[in-house]
Amino acid sequence: MPSLNAQTKHPVTITLNDGTRTGHASPRMLLSDFLRHELGAHGTKVGCEHGVCGACTIRLDGVAARACLTLAVQADGRRVDTVEGLAPDGRMTTLQDAFNRHHALQCGFCTAGILMSLSDYLERVPKPTETELRDMLSGHLCRCTGYAGIVRAVMDVTGQASGNADAKDASGRKEPGHV
Amino acid sequence: MKPAPFDYLRAASAEEALAALAEHGDEARILAGGQSLMPMLNMRLLQPRIIVDVSAIAELGKIDARDGHLAVGASVTQSGLMASSDLATRSPLLAGALPWVGHFQTRNRGTVCGSVAHADPSAEIPLCLVALEGEVVLRSARRRRTVVAETFFIGPLTTLRKPDEMIEAVRFRLPKPGAGHAFREVAMRHGDFAITACAAVVDADRIRLAVGGVGDRPVARNWPILKGDALDDALNAFAWELGGDDDQHATARYRRDLVRRVGRLVIEEARSCQA
Amino acid sequence: MTALTKAPSELAPAAAAPVSAALIGQPIPRLEDAAILTGQARYTDDLPIKPGTLHAAILRSPHAHAEILGIDVQAARAMKGVAAVVTGEDAKRFAAPFLVGVRAPMEHWCLAVDRVRYPGEPVAVVLADDRYLAEDALDRIEVRYRPLPVVMSIDQALSGDGEPLHPAVGSNIVNTRPFGYGDVNAAFEAAEHRISTTVQYPRNSCTPMECFVVMADYDQADGAYEVLSNFSGPFAIHPVMAKALKVPGSKLRLKLPPNSGGSFGNKQAVFPYIVIMGVCARVAGRPVKWVEDRLEHLMAATSATARRTDLEAAVSGDGRILGLRMEQTDDVGAYLRAPEPASLYRNHGNLTGAYRIPALDVVNRLAVTNKTPTGLNRGFGGGQLYFAIERLMHRIAVTLGLDPLDVIRRNLVPAAEMPYTTASGGILDSGDFLAAVEAATTDGGLDELKARRDKARAEGRLYGIGYAAIVEPSISNMGYITTVLTADERRKAGPKNGAQASATVSVDPTGGVTVTVASAPQGQGHRTVLSQVVAEVFGLRLGDIAVNTEFDTAKDAWSIAAGNYSSRFAGAVAGTAHIAATRLRDKLAKLAASQLNVTPEDIRFAGGRVFAAGNPDNSLSFSRVAAAGHWSPGTLADGTEAALRETAFWTPPPLKAPTEADIINSSACYGFVFDICAVEIDPVTAQVRIDKYVTMHDAGRILNPLMVEGQILGAFAHAVGTALYEEYAYGSDGRFLSGTFADYLVPTACEVPVPVMLHRESPSPFTPLGAKGVGEGNSMSTPVCIANAVADALGMDISTLPLTPARIAALIEKPEVARPASLDAAPPKAPAIAGGRGLQGEGTRTVPASPEQVWAILLDPKELAALLPGCDALDLAGPNAYRAEVVVGIGPVRARYLAEVELTDLDPPRALTLSGRGSSALGFGEGSGHVTLEATADGTRVVYRYDAAVGGKVAAVGGRMLDSATRMLIGQFFDRLIARAGGPAAVETSPSLLTRLLRLLGLRP
Repeated sequence: MPSLNAQTKHPVTITLNDGTRTGHASPRMLLSDFLRHELGAHGTKVGCEHGVCGACTIRLDGVAARACLTLAVQADGRRVDTVEGLAPDGRMTTLQDAFNRHHALQCGFCTAGILMSLSDYLERVPKPTETELRDMLSGHLCRCTGYAGIVRAVMDVTGQASGNADAKDASGRKEPGHV
Repeated sequence: MKPAPFDYLRAASAEEALAALAEHGDEARILAGGQSLMPMLNMRLLQPRIIVDVSAIAELGKIDARDGHLAVGASVTQSGLMASSDLATRSPLLAGALPWVGHFQTRNRGTVCGSVAHADPSAEIPLCLVALEGEVVLRSARRRRTVVAETFFIGPLTTLRKPDEMIEAVRFRLPKPGAGHAFREVAMRHGDFAITACAAVVDADRIRLAVGGVGDRPVARNWPILKGDALDDALNAFAWELGGDDDQHATARYRRDLVRRVGRLVIEEARSCQA
Repeated sequence: MTALTKAPSELAPAAAAPVSAALIGQPIPRLEDAAILTGQARYTDDLPIKPGTLHAAILRSPHAHAEILGIDVQAARAMKGVAAVVTGEDAKRFAAPFLVGVRAPMEHWCLAVDRVRYPGEPVAVVLADDRYLAEDALDRIEVRYRPLPVVMSIDQALSGDGEPLHPAVGSNIVNTRPFGYGDVNAAFEAAEHRISTTVQYPRNSCTPMECFVVMADYDQADGAYEVLSNFSGPFAIHPVMAKALKVPGSKLRLKLPPNSGGSFGNKQAVFPYIVIMGVCARVAGRPVKWVEDRLEHLMAATSATARRTDLEAAVSGDGRILGLRMEQTDDVGAYLRAPEPASLYRNHGNLTGAYRIPALDVVNRLAVTNKTPTGLNRGFGGGQLYFAIERLMHRIAVTLGLDPLDVIRRNLVPAAEMPYTTASGGILDSGDFLAAVEAATTDGGLDELKARRDKARAEGRLYGIGYAAIVEPSISNMGYITTVLTADERRKAGPKNGAQASATVSVDPTGGVTVTVASAPQGQGHRTVLSQVVAEVFGLRLGDIAVNTEFDTAKDAWSIAAGNYSSRFAGAVAGTAHIAATRLRDKLAKLAASQLNVTPEDIRFAGGRVFAAGNPDNSLSFSRVAAAGHWSPGTLADGTEAALRETAFWTPPPLKAPTEADIINSSACYGFVFDICAVEIDPVTAQVRIDKYVTMHDAGRILNPLMVEGQILGAFAHAVGTALYEEYAYGSDGRFLSGTFADYLVPTACEVPVPVMLHRESPSPFTPLGAKGVGEGNSMSTPVCIANAVADALGMDISTLPLTPARIAALIEKPEVARPASLDAAPPKAPAIAGGRGLQGEGTRTVPASPEQVWAILLDPKELAALLPGCDALDLAGPNAYRAEVVVGIGPVRARYLAEVELTDLDPPRALTLSGRGSSALGFGEGSGHVTLEATADGTRVVYRYDAAVGGKVAAVGGRMLDSATRMLIGQFFDRLIARAGGPAAVETSPSLLTRLLRLLGLRP
């Protein structure tokens, strides 16, 4: 297979959330930029472009991955799932709904990435312990929530609403992760 | 923060990738999982002429236990190795250390061989490879050679790999019967590069301790079965040999103390789980 | 206690008398969330751009301090896709320096003119067809710098040594202001004890996940700028930007997006870039867009001030503070950027915290350093202040052998004295601090924590408990910053005070209600809370209210206090919306009254109906009443105004300008926070584990408990970072070291526990709804509470943050176990302070040749070129001075440096100094090595000592490996020297390690 020339834009076709989309990208274009600016799929956010913050996490062939550490040309012919595809009929998933109920987001810039990580992770680990969950979440930076609502939402949807036995907050609600 | 321009080759076979390396030499970089390479490209710390993507090469995606080694191919991801059958038996040290490598999301793409190629002095996989007396299988269009892990790492981000070579596989030694293994890492946050990481392998007549994050590459020492003050003295000498540097997160002194304390803990832990 | 678990209230079906359940105070989940959770929400970078928009990339200084000798943009300008390159020359043509908040001759241009003063300072901007091409061209701009000495700490600035950053000022202390309140000397004479402390607060920042974005356009015909940006206010900065662009405010139209990815104050600091991009749009004649990347943000966006505080307290025998002497010095970075010195003055009215301290002397100083200019950051000045005050309280207790909690209790302002006026003029508006403390200790389980501590200590573990009691100011007085001016200067400048908030509520022809406010929400749930407030006023459902959070200075009601900062939303903005809605409702009531033949006072609004009190059947639908003003204005009674739209402006009554005696109530209200923290310290790693955290808040009336707890949790997470992880680190040579999220350590889900949150509600008498701010309290209280717990665990003083394991280890470690005699070589050089130095080292090598032969090699440019890693040839530039292109590489990282190499201090054949400096797209490097040659039996013993500095990108992102990389390069030099002189030779340091290294290097091409 010949190599793709740096100076040329090449067609890149992906399955984006069940639809086929084609755009053009030079080899160096990041998948995050391709999704956002070439395909107009703005749901995926960019927070650091060096793979630490997790805001751009998408699923590539089902696997949670950083879009900023992936070249658009690498995704050619592959399946990419983004936040826009989680609730295709406009009805939020139970996880999205739990994020709302548990105030798991504020500015929301990290939220799409976290949801995409969770959508992969919970398929593999349907009932994570809180420690396991927090370990997975440590691949995301959130500056607003202190992660409390996120943990609460996931523990709720996985049927583990009560975490720490002696942990209660002011209202008597049992809180995962309480110290 | 966007990469400089490069050509891109999605190699269909190892031969195709090696031919590209032979042609472009130092101007080519291999992309497997990209979890170390891509940040450096985005920051323009490197500006290769061509990126050779080996992630889709099926023949490089194998995990084999044979000849006393666990061989991991160039496109095997860290998650893939973690999820491979019987890892806890085939390599208890790796099973203990891999969860410390980056995060769930980066392990999904980051490769075992890529971490070895990157040669970060604090990284866990190079440390395990040294601790387990592993080998690096280097292949060029002309030949294949195997290098002992301890000699493969030269300094920060610097290895013996020649420009026309790719790491085809790394080989971790399978545990000797009755050996005990332990891994511990001290990092600022969970998932960070280690300030100090220690991996110990203890069998009937030998203690082997490898340390990452202190020297400019992972370094191992073998001792007879030492205990008490003798072990402390050995650890102290090792700590001083490694030296360590100050950086914005920790002092050299702190790193040396961790070699003494955490080194001792992992050795004791490895000893306690000897069969 | 607020019940947090009630279901969201909704309307009861209209019965005989329509009712609407209360909405204000309910834990209603956010209305904002659905759009965000489904990826539909639009942030600035998601919004459409104008056709022909150019994309900007910014060239930044790799130096902390340097003179700019010249900028060559020709090669960059000639590149494909590049439309323009903009520099300080353009800034001088089209812009003016920013206004400065103190009287001192300092010029701050949006793009560097003549000098750079901090690493990352913008020097030039490339405008190209896309961002990738713009960054390509950045690499081709050549800037020649002459490095200047750097000033990297407050103490260095205070010492008076060092190069003045702003020569016309002459000193790096650019402002000193003494204040006196009450008879402090008498207090000290009367006091039994004098207890003092000195603390240093580090630089850090809240680093919102979304970086800065600016889209700017310039209308040549009108001479007007139009900008869309995620600026967060305060809009007092708008005049600063307009003046910098040399236009009236009306010619700088600034729009804000519907969603913003967090600010925590930081997005105030986008304003210089709004000016830069304005200039760029004007130069290029096309719209421009700039998206800050994370490296830029960490290096150069903004920072909290670092602060040194010296406190001395006059203390009675039972621990009461009778008087306080305070000296505060803020490191504001290279420029005093608006609204600084606000960090230092924001808390001026509450300098004595939650305590009744009758006499106070203060000296405030502003230090400039070669670091990023500072600005708004959650907790703004409070983290710094309370780190000193609450460390002092702990210290008083330890010194006097008292329980720290008793010292706090004895000094708290008593409830009976509310509202209480502090020595410096703050009016603490409401609250029962002591009752809150008692409730927190009881409900927070302090007794159990003490039992845990006893048990842990009995087992020899390091366990401690800390406390912090603070007041949390909210709704800043626009006049507090002028406290930095003398009374005389203030008279000349005119009075400044108040905190105008504005809100507009309108009804449309279908009865829909729209709310706009001059705020800039960054995720705090303004839409939800405003819907609650306004729906309740009109007796409507939440869904009947549309809240538009976009903002446009050309069309919306605003004033200088507008924006999202100083925790002003709940107290000021939501309250003002309530005022506007109430006014509109009263107008509607008048209209309805005439139709229902009752008095307006008898009109009620509930369940979507407007009806007569006592006769609910006599009613109209809300939409009918609301629509009347649109559809039938002609039928209104004479003199009656249609009720279509109401804009309210409100300013908190107690906010006056500073008095002649510098008395200032710096904020409209003050919440109370009391925290308890228990920690355990790992004896092996010295890492801190938070065992339990209790935080009690009295933030007045709670409008939505979910949002309140969200704010507490968020501030707490930031504070955990401040206390244990986060610092913008610099080397003493000026290099910035925290350039990535792998170096600037933001706590993750594994590091942030969930605190126990407790609440009391003492409504503020000064805000329309009785609410106070709540989003900054823990940023102020938690860092010091954790520090106090660590101090208690260690039985030691804590005087700085973050409490990294290495820092704690340094406090508790015993002298290091000696280097064994078997390792006889010199120990590796380990400078004393982490991060606080250049790169230094020394070593010894033996070269198999005579000193004369070695000397001849070093002095021969051809030979020397062959020794320098990555150097092909040296071009003679003077006696023993050369120029060269050098490719320096560490592993795959390569950079082409234009280097100058020089040999000096020649003492043949015994000693010389080899020095070099160079710059590349990755930054600059410079260093010198003193080399001595000594004849030995094996040849020549070469002893070298080096001192190097590396700056720019490679230092910012690779700080971890700079030492080892430098050693490796030097090693390569000597390997080649040894090889040139006749083959491998014995190495005297760490033989086993380096011998192998040498052998291996021999294998390399």
